[in-house]
Amino acid sequence: MKTFKLDITKEHCPMTFVKTKLELEKLSKGDILEVVLKEGEPLENVPKTVTEQGNKVLEIKNIQDDIFLVIIEKG
Amino acid sequence: MVEKKKISIVLFSGDFDKAIAAFTIASGAAAVNYDVNIFFTFWGLNVIKKIKHRNATGKGLLARVFNYLMGGFKNLPLSRLNFAGLSPKLMTNLMRKRNVATLEELINAAIQLNVNLYACEMSINILGLEKDDFIPEVREILGVAKFLNLSEGGEILFI
Repeated sequence: MKTFKLDITKEHCPMTFVKTKLELEKLSKGDILEVVLKEGEPLENVPKTVTEQGNKVLEIKNIQDDIFLVIIEKG
Repeated sequence: MVEKKKISIVLFSGDFDKAIAAFTIASGAAAVNYDVNIFFTFWGLNVIKKIKHRNATGKGLLARVFNYLMGGFKNLPLSRLNFAGLSPKLMTNLMRKRNVATLEELINAAIQLNVNLYACEMSINILGLEKDDFIPEVREILGVAKFLNLSEGGEILFI
């Protein structure tokens, strides 16, 4: 089980969830992906879409002002 | 997991901005697990020509003239305020500056996410083109019957 990190704070729709999906595809089941993202569209959509695709959101942390860390376990 | 949803886009337009709209929807939908088909027809074929600049491809003089004038990926005009082809370049710079995916990035993302690209048999025939004139990611050349078949049970967008 490995942990990977992805920063999408500079991305906009649709690249926020496109990049998350492409990154998750590289991982093996059980691996952890820590996604750093902004509130608003990315925070609303990324956790929702990864869950719909069979992954698990373990934690969502507010790490700085409008920046959040979403910890995802690949399913 | 739930059954896969599906969206099929007919890209008739060869306008830069409309191609961005098509590929934004396509890559976004593919990223949220939709099956995505894009059916390129008429001007839309310019987006997926292998040669990205103006080139007199095709069989027959008239077809060659048409293909030259239509151009390729690098010549896609903005649907408004094109300013003789300057605007798409300005727009791409602006998109980079604002960290919005460019058309090229959107197309690459769509390809990586297995969006199915198809080209219209009838318009290819008019323009004297063949499968080899398009990027290799184009899966198949097909007609409307096959397109309806592929898009059955999903949503269809015409751009």
